[in-house]
Amino acid sequence: MAYLELDRVAKQFGAQTVVDDFSLSVGKGEFISFLGPSGCGKTTTLQMIAGFLDPTRGAIRLEDKDLTAIHPAKRGLGIVFQSYALFPHMTAAENVAFGLEMRNVPRAETAERVRAALAMVGLAGYEDRHPRRMSGGQQQRVALARALVIKPSVLLLDEPLSNLDAKLREEMQIELRQIQRTIGTTTILVTHDQNEAMSLSDRIVVMSQGHIEQIGTPQETYERPASAFVSQFLGKTNDFAATIDRTATPARLVAGSWSAPAPAGLNGPATVSIRPERIGFGDAGLSAKIVTRIFQGNHWLFQCESECGPAIVIRQNDGQEQPIEGDTVRLAWRPEDMSVRARVVA
Amino acid sequence: MSTAADDRSVRAPWVLTAPALMLFVGVLLIPLAMTVMLSFHDWGQYKGIEPVFILKNWREIATDPYYAEMFWRTFRIAILTTLLTAVLGAPEAYILNRMSGRWKSIFLLVILGPLLISVVARTLGWALLFGGNNGLVNKLLMSAGLIRFPIPFMFTETGMVIALAHVMMPFMVLSVWAALQRLDPQIENAALSLGAGPITIIRRIIMPQIMPGVLSGAIIVFSLSASAFATPAIIGGRRLKVAATLAYDEFLNTLNWPLGAAVATLLLVALVLIVVGSNALIERRYAEVFR
Repeated sequence: MAYLELDRVAKQFGAQTVVDDFSLSVGKGEFISFLGPSGCGKTTTLQMIAGFLDPTRGAIRLEDKDLTAIHPAKRGLGIVFQSYALFPHMTAAENVAFGLEMRNVPRAETAERVRAALAMVGLAGYEDRHPRRMSGGQQQRVALARALVIKPSVLLLDEPLSNLDAKLREEMQIELRQIQRTIGTTTILVTHDQNEAMSLSDRIVVMSQGHIEQIGTPQETYERPASAFVSQFLGKTNDFAATIDRTATPARLVAGSWSAPAPAGLNGPATVSIRPERIGFGDAGLSAKIVTRIFQGNHWLFQCESECGPAIVIRQNDGQEQPIEGDTVRLAWRPEDMSVRARVVA
Repeated sequence: MSTAADDRSVRAPWVLTAPALMLFVGVLLIPLAMTVMLSFHDWGQYKGIEPVFILKNWREIATDPYYAEMFWRTFRIAILTTLLTAVLGAPEAYILNRMSGRWKSIFLLVILGPLLISVVARTLGWALLFGGNNGLVNKLLMSAGLIRFPIPFMFTETGMVIALAHVMMPFMVLSVWAALQRLDPQIENAALSLGAGPITIIRRIIMPQIMPGVLSGAIIVFSLSASAFATPAIIGGRRLKVAATLAYDEFLNTLNWPLGAAVATLLLVALVLIVVGSNALIERRYAEVFR
């Protein structure tokens, strides 16, 4: 049964629809990411769950109770903001204690829970520091402790790692995942970083222009993108224009000098998408010329000019000799590695 | 060799700041020093100013309760004006900060308004608004049953506080507004999500963070009100004097320059001490917010 449910939620600002027809069921303890470029409506959706915005249409339910009818102060959700929004005039411990104070938790229990929360995020001993005397990563941890100490029914994270440098971000990702696994809080993360979404979430909601493009596990969205947008947004991809050749029996899908049996149900022009790491150099297939090759340690990156336009190929550095710039190669891939979509011809 | 280089590096800042320093000394320090010296000179109805060193003026100020009353009134008016601007100005700045773009610029102009209007028009405008039995404010308050007799405005401290608070309001609002703009835009949402109601948010989250702004606004308003001349002169005239109008009278009516200089010096010293003292207190108290 769904723990948190968004049912055809929409948000309009004036004539502009920012979020439209957003439906999602979140299971208890699940880690969900809203992934999309800026302006896709992911933060707006999060703010509707938090109660800072009211949905124009649709319903948001938590354990079958209408969440939109509850005042944001009474929803009991934990939120970590992009800017952390710590209270600068309070120490780390006072920041974390604030939510418990609002709930009239007894003083001794508050002290114990604050201590435990700060210890959990690795900030034991920082109780009396003020936020402005802490690094970005430490402030982030205080914000997380402040959100978690109230034992929220849902934890909402609004781009929490985007202000950290790359190395710290990676560390925090691992830590965030471990903490979430340990305490099992249902979590929704808003991010524009596909790596962050893939490494942290149980399921990803890919959004674009206020619509859901795809909901799926990180693997599903990466391996079987539901739309061109998803395949472009999640990792690199090659799109080749293909046509159906009906003169052959059975009909074949053709892109340049590459062809494969046409999938059932496909009649007109199509787009074939393949991830760069799934393409191999073979004896038959799409003819291409290598424009540049870049050595990246554990793999090689080739930029090719194929019959059907530019192509990227990634090959593992397995010690084998690789083609060099200017070589003519044939690009081949297994049919199960590609996804084929009908192509609208303008 | 190295000493020569050291000499030059020591001298360079002085040489470079010399022009500005000379201007500062010439137009501020020397006149101030002359005023202080003037306060120790003697004066007589028929002999005029005598450049001698005596403590007559200072003794007169210290012993005559007339001066004590004058200074006490000056600071009482300044404190009440500061309180009034803080109580009205801080919420005003908060509301202004929450307005959307176009309204914000319109109301910012309204707030700056008092500074753009001539002191005479502004002050006498207030006098008309109260204006005994027939003034708008008095009529309103009387018909609402809040007061039985009209509030006197001219020649009263009430009038001075109201007129001063009006013109000082922009300094308080802008100072608080500057503090509000340093606030994290999500800070209220953060407090809200943790279960705080609107009053708690203002009291526990907003107020402590804008307090430095209120206090620096208060220092500006207090020192400007305590040394204000035009507004008290129009409302109080000769009947209700404050330190600044007293010094003016000594200089230009009694022609007792040394006594006027002593009053002006005392006002300056008292203000500097109050401002520097409270500034140090505030900076220590709000060290974390200022960082």
